[in-house]
Amino acid sequence: MIDGLYDWFDNRLNLSSGGRKAINKIFPDHWSFMIGEIALYSFVVLLATGVFLTLYFVPSTTDVVYTGPYLPLDGVHMSAAYQSTINLSFSVRSGLLMRQMHHWAANIFVGAIVVHMGRVFFTGAFRRPREINWIIGMNMLILAIFNGFLGYSLPDDLVSGTGIRISYSILESLPFVGTYLANFLFGGSFPGNILIPRFYVLHVLILPAVIAGLLGAHLTLLVRQKHTQFKGHGATEHNVVGAPMWPTFIAKTQGFLFLVAAVSAILGAVVQINPIWLYGPYRPYVVTYAVQPDWYMGWLDGGLRIMPHWETVFWNRWMIPNAFFPAIVLPGITFTVLMLWPFIEQRITGDRADHQLLDRPRDRPKRTALGVAVLSFYLVLFGASATDVLANYLTVSLNSVLTSFQILVFVVPAITYPVTLKICRELQATPGGGKTKIHNIVMRSAEGGYSTVPSAPRAGDTPPELEPVALDTSVLAPALVGSPAYEAVDRSSLGARAAAGNGLDGGGSGDAGGLDGAGDSPEEIVDGNGATPAGGGVFRIPRNYR
Amino acid sequence: MSAPTGDDGSAMPVTIRLDSQQFQVAAANPTGMEKTVALTFLLGLAGFAGFGAAFWVNASNVWLGMTLGVGFLGLGVGMVAWGKYLMPRGPFSESRHSMVPEPADRERIIGDFSSRGKVVIERRTFLLKILGAAGAVFGVVAMFPLIRSLGPVPTDFSIATTWRPDSLLVNIDGSPVHSDSLEFGGMLTVFPEGDVGGPLSQTMLIRQQPPAGETHIVTGPGRETWGPLGYLAFSKVCTHAGCPIGLYQQVTHQLLCPCHQSLFDVGPGQAAQPVFGPAPRPLPQLPLYVDAHGFLRAQAPYDEPVGPGYWYRGND
Repeated sequence: MIDGLYDWFDNRLNLSSGGRKAINKIFPDHWSFMIGEIALYSFVVLLATGVFLTLYFVPSTTDVVYTGPYLPLDGVHMSAAYQSTINLSFSVRSGLLMRQMHHWAANIFVGAIVVHMGRVFFTGAFRRPREINWIIGMNMLILAIFNGFLGYSLPDDLVSGTGIRISYSILESLPFVGTYLANFLFGGSFPGNILIPRFYVLHVLILPAVIAGLLGAHLTLLVRQKHTQFKGHGATEHNVVGAPMWPTFIAKTQGFLFLVAAVSAILGAVVQINPIWLYGPYRPYVVTYAVQPDWYMGWLDGGLRIMPHWETVFWNRWMIPNAFFPAIVLPGITFTVLMLWPFIEQRITGDRADHQLLDRPRDRPKRTALGVAVLSFYLVLFGASATDVLANYLTVSLNSVLTSFQILVFVVPAITYPVTLKICRELQATPGGGKTKIHNIVMRSAEGGYSTVPSAPRAGDTPPELEPVALDTSVLAPALVGSPAYEAVDRSSLGARAAAGNGLDGGGSGDAGGLDGAGDSPEEIVDGNGATPAGGGVFRIPRNYR
Repeated sequence: MSAPTGDDGSAMPVTIRLDSQQFQVAAANPTGMEKTVALTFLLGLAGFAGFGAAFWVNASNVWLGMTLGVGFLGLGVGMVAWGKYLMPRGPFSESRHSMVPEPADRERIIGDFSSRGKVVIERRTFLLKILGAAGAVFGVVAMFPLIRSLGPVPTDFSIATTWRPDSLLVNIDGSPVHSDSLEFGGMLTVFPEGDVGGPLSQTMLIRQQPPAGETHIVTGPGRETWGPLGYLAFSKVCTHAGCPIGLYQQVTHQLLCPCHQSLFDVGPGQAAQPVFGPAPRPLPQLPLYVDAHGFLRAQAPYDEPVGPGYWYRGND
C-alpha cells in the first residue's frame, strides 16, 4: 500500500533522486540543538490554539453589556472584544484551556527563541557562513515580541489597555514622525475604536505570516548550510555527525512536539495566566496597582521606570520626550547591535573564515563574558520592572529600590564581565574538562605504594565511542546469513574494524533475505551498548530491530 | 579520516552492513524498553480518552488540561524514548561541502546572465529609466491609501482635550460637581460635560484647605484665580507615558502613577511638580471657577498639551 503510493508519487515527482539525501540528513545529537525545536513547536501550538480562539473572539470595541455566568461582571459595560474573551473563557468548553495554552505557548515561544539565540551566540554558531540565518532569527525574535504584545492587548482588559496607552506614548515620542505614526496606527488619538480590529489583523494574519515565512527561510538555510556541531566524536569541519532524519530524528522531534504541547496543556490547566475577568474592562481613566507586562516586555518597562526624568527641548520648538531613550533608543541599539554582531565580531577578531565547528563558550572567554554582561544588564532591567512590588515585598521605600536599580544596572555588568572571564579561563585550564569519566581502580603494590589503573568498561558506562557511519557515501548491505559476521560478530574485531575504516566492508551485499533470519534465536541476542565485557561477547541483531 | 576515493577522485561508496554496531539499538534491554514505550503510549491514549470524557461531562479546566497534557506527555516521552533507545544508536555522518562556489560555476552563471540579460538591458537604459520612474511614482502614490488614510494628521493640542471655556465639571456618572461636594483632602475624577470618560480630558479634582483668610489656592504666578474654595484640577494623564494617575496619597499630598511610579506633589501651593520617578514635567492645571449656582466650571481649556511629550510639543 505504502509502496504503491510511493511509486505513484515517485513516478510523477522523481522523489527518489533527492529523497535519499533528505532521509539521510544528519542532525547533531547535542541537547542544545533542541532549544530551537522548542521554539518551532511552541509556534505550532500557538497556531493550533490560536485558530481555536479566532472562532470565538470578536475583534471589536463596540460597547456591550455583559450578562453571563461570571456574576461579578453582570450588567457591566465593556467592549465586545472583552466580552467575547470572557465568554470564550467561561462559556465555551475547553475555551479557557485553549486561551491559557495559547498564552503559555507564547511565553515559551519567546523564551525558547531567546535561549536558542544565546546558544547560537555563546557557541559562535552565527559565524560565517551563517550570518544570514542569525539575522533572520533576530527578526523573528523582534516579530515574536511584537506579536506577543499585540495578542496580550487584544482582550481589551484594564491591564493590557494600560500597556497600549504606554505604547501609544512611546510611539509619539519618536522625533518628527512619532505623532503621525501614532495617529495612523490608532486611527486618531488614543484609544480610538479601530485599534482592536487592527491589532487583531496584525496579530492573527500579518505577523504570523511573516514569522512563518521567515521560519521557512530559517529552516531552508539550515538544510542548505547543514548544522554546526561541537568537535570530537568524529565531527570535523567537513562532515556532520549525529542521527539521521529517518527514522531517529523524526521520532525524537515528533516527541518534542508532543512534549511542548504537553507542557503548554499542563501549564494551561494548573497555572492561571492573565485572568482578565479579575482586571475588568479597559477604562482610560482607571488604573490598577502592579501593572506588569508579559515577561519579554519587562526589560522595556524596567527601563522606563529607572530612566531619570530628563526631557530635551530644542529651541523651544522640538522635544525629545523622556520615554524615547528607554523605549526607542535602548531597544533600537539592542537589536541593531545584535543583528550586526556577526560582522562586528569579524571586524574585531579579523576571523572571516567559514566555521562549521562550534566554540565551547570557555574557549572564547571575551565573547562569553561580553554576552553574560549584556544579559545581566537586561536581567537587571527586567528586575526593575517590579520596583513597586519589590518595595512592598521588602518593605523598603520605593525611592531606595529605584536608586538601587539605577546603580545596579551599571554595576552588575561591570562585575559579571570579569567574573565570567575568570571562570572561562579557569575552566580552560582544567585538564580533561568535559571528557567522559572513566572509573579508576586504585592498586596497592606489595611495597605499599599506590597507583591507579582505568577499569574495564562496566554495565551502565558510557558506550564506547564508535566511528560515524558516513551515510551519503555508504551502501547499506544486509548481514551475511550463515556467516560468522551474521551469526556472531566478535566485539573486539568489530571495534578494530570500526576504527580502521568506515564500518564493515564485507562482500555480503545482495543477500536480500538476510534480515529475516535475525530473530530466530532471540534469546542469544546481546545488545551493542557495551553491557558485555569488551572482547568476550557476541554481537547479533536484536530481535526488535529488523 | 577521509573517505576513500576512486581513480577519478570521486568518493567511492563504502559498504556498511546492517549488523555493524552503529545500527544496533542503544537500549541495554530492548524488550524492556519496548514495553516501557508501549506503556507511555497507552498512558497517552488514556490521556486523550480522558480529555474526551472530561469534555463530554464539561469538567473543569484542570481536568481538561491535565488529561490533554498527559495525552501529549505519554506520546512525547514514548516517541523520544523510541528514537533514543530503539533506533540505530549511530553515530552517522554525512559530508559537508563548502558554500563557496567553484569559480567555473560562478563564471558560467555570470556569463549566462550577462550575455542574455545584462547586455541587452544596458543597451536600453532609457526604457529602464522610464520603468524606474513609473515604479517610483507608484511607490509614492501607494503611500497615500496605504498610510495616509490610516488616520488623521495629529491635531492641534488646544482642541485635543474637550475642555472649553465654561465647561461644566461632571463626575463619572455625568452629574455636575457642586462646590460643596468634596471635603478638604478629598479627590474626584472629573470630565467636561458631554465627554464623560474622555481619555485625554480626564482630570483630577482635589480640594485643599486654603490659607487662613484666603478663598483661593494659588499654585504659581498667573494662577491666582485657578483654585477657588481650595479646589485644584490637574490633568490625570501622566506626563511620562500617559497612564491615568490613579492614587492620591492624602497624607503626603502626592499623586502616584502606578505604571512607572512617578510622584507629583499637590500640596498646598504646589503645581503638581514631579518629585520622584521618570515623569519630567508637572501635570497641567485646569483653571476653575464657581458659577452662580455653585457648580464648578473651567475658566479656559488647559494652556499646554496634556500627557506625555512629543516632538512638536516644544515648550508650549
